[in-house]
Amino acid sequence: MRDNRFPIVCAAVFGLLSFASQAQEQQVDFPIAYLTQQTKALPPLSLADQPTTDNGLMGARLGIEDNNTTGKFTGQNFKLNESVVPESGDVAAAFRDLHAKGNRFFVVDLPASQLLSVADLPEAKDALLFNVRAKDDSLRNEACRVNLLHTAPSYAMLADGLAQYLIWKRWANWLLVTGTGDDDKLFADALRRSAEKFSATIVEERVFAAEPGARRTDSGHAQIQKQMPVFTQDAEDYDVLVVSDVRDVFGEYLQYRTWDPRPVVGTQGLVPTAWHRSQEQWGATQMQNRFARFAGRWMTERDYAAWVAVRSVSEATTRTKATDLATLAAYIRGPDFGAAGFKGQKLTFREWDGQLRQPILLATARTLVSVSPQDGFLHEFSELDTLGFDRPDTACRLQ
Amino acid sequence: MIKRLAFPAVFMFLTAVHAAPNRAETIFVSNEKDNSISVLDGATLEVIKTVAVGQRPRGITLSIDNKFLYICASDDNHIEVMDTATHEVVRTLPSGPDPELFVLSPAGNPLYIANEDDNMVTVVDVEAGNAIAEIPVGVEPEGMAISPDGKWLVNTSETTNMAHFIDTATHEIVDNVLVDSRPRFAEFTADGKYVWVSAEIGGTVSIIDTATRQIVKTIGFEVPGVNKEAIQPVGVRVTKDLKHAFVALGPANRVAVIDAQTFEVKDYLLVGQRVWQLAFNADQSRLYTTNGVSNDISVIDVANLEVTKSITVGNQPWGIAVTP
Repeated sequence: MRDNRFPIVCAAVFGLLSFASQAQEQQVDFPIAYLTQQTKALPPLSLADQPTTDNGLMGARLGIEDNNTTGKFTGQNFKLNESVVPESGDVAAAFRDLHAKGNRFFVVDLPASQLLSVADLPEAKDALLFNVRAKDDSLRNEACRVNLLHTAPSYAMLADGLAQYLIWKRWANWLLVTGTGDDDKLFADALRRSAEKFSATIVEERVFAAEPGARRTDSGHAQIQKQMPVFTQDAEDYDVLVVSDVRDVFGEYLQYRTWDPRPVVGTQGLVPTAWHRSQEQWGATQMQNRFARFAGRWMTERDYAAWVAVRSVSEATTRTKATDLATLAAYIRGPDFGAAGFKGQKLTFREWDGQLRQPILLATARTLVSVSPQDGFLHEFSELDTLGFDRPDTACRLQ
Repeated sequence: MIKRLAFPAVFMFLTAVHAAPNRAETIFVSNEKDNSISVLDGATLEVIKTVAVGQRPRGITLSIDNKFLYICASDDNHIEVMDTATHEVVRTLPSGPDPELFVLSPAGNPLYIANEDDNMVTVVDVEAGNAIAEIPVGVEPEGMAISPDGKWLVNTSETTNMAHFIDTATHEIVDNVLVDSRPRFAEFTADGKYVWVSAEIGGTVSIIDTATRQIVKTIGFEVPGVNKEAIQPVGVRVTKDLKHAFVALGPANRVAVIDAQTFEVKDYLLVGQRVWQLAFNADQSRLYTTNGVSNDISVIDVANLEVTKSITVGNQPWGIAVTP
C-alpha cells in the first residue's frame, strides 16, 4: 500500500535541501481525502450573491495545486481523493472506504453531529481530521477529539472578533436579535459570552420568530419595510443591533429599517468572518485572483478553511520530510509549525483544543472594515488567543 | 552642521569621517497608495518633489549610469522609466502582468521582473524595449537577486517557498532551494558567495552558499517586548565590505543589524511602522528604510548604527533607490 521505496528516495531527494529542476524520477503520491455530504442547498437570499455548489471543495483542490508547486521539486505528488456522499448516503461507510484506500489526512466538510460520528469511528483513530465547516463551540470544548483539528473558526472566535471591534468603537450597548434555528442559538450564546468577556451590555433580547419561506419573491420590500421597524420599536437604549441569523432568513432585512438609526452587525451587516472576497491585505490579492481563475467564483470562508487544511499537511511533510501520520500530526500541533494564510502572521493550532488561531476579518458586503484582534487587547502568549476559548477557559480534555 | 571647506581634499576627508553625503545624492521613494514617487535631497533630507506616476508603484531601481529610474507600475502592468535629472517619465517598458519587484543585470541590461500574479519572471531588454523571455517559476514570485557577475538570477516564490536559481544565459531554472514560509526577498553578497533570503511568515533569514546551494545558516530574530508573529523579515541588504547585513522586520518596526561574518544578530534599530525595503546610498554610509504604515522613510547612520531621522513621504512608501 505505502510505497516502500520512499525512504530511499527520501534520503536521496531530501538529503540535500536543493532540488534539481529536472523531472523527478520518483514522484511519490501523497493522498489527502475530502469528505462531504450533499444537502439541499437553499438559493441565496440575494441576486447579488454567488451560488456555490462546490463550497469548500474548490479550496481543497486549489490547496493541492499549490502543494504540488513545491511537491514537484520535493518528489511528492499530492492528490485529493474526493468523496461527495449523496444526501441519503452513508458518510461513515464513505470514510471507511477512503481510509481503506490509504488516506490518513481528511478534510471533513460536515455539520457537527456527523463530523463527530466520523471522528469516533474506530478507523478514525488512525487518521487526522480537519474540520472546515462546523463552528460549534462544543467541538472545541467538551466534544473535542484528539484526532480533530479545526481550520473553520468557532462561533466564539467570530463573536469575540466582533465584540472587540464594538468595544473599540465604544458601542457597548447591544440589542441582540436571534432567529429560531439551532445555529442561531449557538452564535447567540457565543455573543453573550463575548459581551461578558469584553464588558458589553446586552440591554435587551428579541427573537425573530418567522420561519424561512421562499427565499426571493416578486413583492419583497413592501411587507418587510413595515415589519422591521415595528419589530425593533420601543427597545431599551442601544448602540448597535447584533443579529444572530445564521440561516440568513431575516437578518439582512434589518439594516436601514430599524426603528432607531443604528448599525446592524453579526451574521449580516458588519460580519465577522475568517475570509472575505474583499480581503486584499498581506498579499491576499494574489490568493483571491488565483482562486477566482481556478474556481470561476470568489473564495468563501469554507474554501479558505479547506485550503489552509490542505496546505498545513504539505507544510508539515515538507519541513519534517516525513509522511507518516504520527510524525505529521505531532508536527502540525507542535511549536515549530506555522501556516502562511494571507492574514499577516503565521497561523498555528492551539494545543488545548486543536483550533487554528487566526485573525478574524470584519467585513460588509463590499469592503473590509477591520481585522481582530484589535489593538490593545493584550495576551501573555499570543494576541490571537484573545479570540475564542483560551487555555484556562477550555473544557476540552484531550485523551 | 558640517562646514563646507574650500579644499576638496579636506572636504572629502570630512565626508568620509562624518558620513556627509555628496550633495547630489537623491533618494527616490515609490508611494504604493499615492501612485507617486517622492524625490528627496540627500543633503537636506527633504522632499523636493512628488511625481505622479502609474498605478500602484512598488519596486524601483536605477539604471547603472543612474540616469533613469525604472518603476514597476503594478496595476498598469508595465515599467515606467523616469529621467532622474528632469523627474519626468519618458517612456514605458513591457513587463508582463503585475510586476512587483525586479533586478537589473550588473551590465545594465536586461531587467528581470517578477510577475506576482502569473508565476513568471519576465526578462526585458531595456534598450530595445521588448520582452525577450518568460521563465515559469513557482507561485507568487517576488524576490529577485542577481549575482555580481550577472550569471545567476535568484527568484523567490512566496507560496511555493522556494528560491529558484536561474541561469541567465539559458533562462532555465537549474536549482531550487527550499526556504522558510513566504520568501519575499533575496540578495547576493558583493563577493557572490552567498544569497540571503528572507521568509516573511517563517520569520527567518536563510543564507545560501552559492557554490553548494546549501543553506549554511538560518537566522531567527527575537525582539524584547515584540510578539514573535510581528517579526516578518522582508528587505535585506549586505554591505559591500561584507561586515554588516540589515534586515527589515515588517510590523516589528525594526531593522535587524547582523554581523555578516558570524551571522549573529547584533542589534535592532527602531524605525517607522511596517518597514519593508532598504537601500544604501553610494558609499554605504547611510541606509534608508521605507516604513509603509507610518508613511515615512528612516535614515540609518551605518557607521554608528543609529537611526538619525525620519522623513514623511507619500502614502504607503514601498520601494527606495538612491543615486550617488
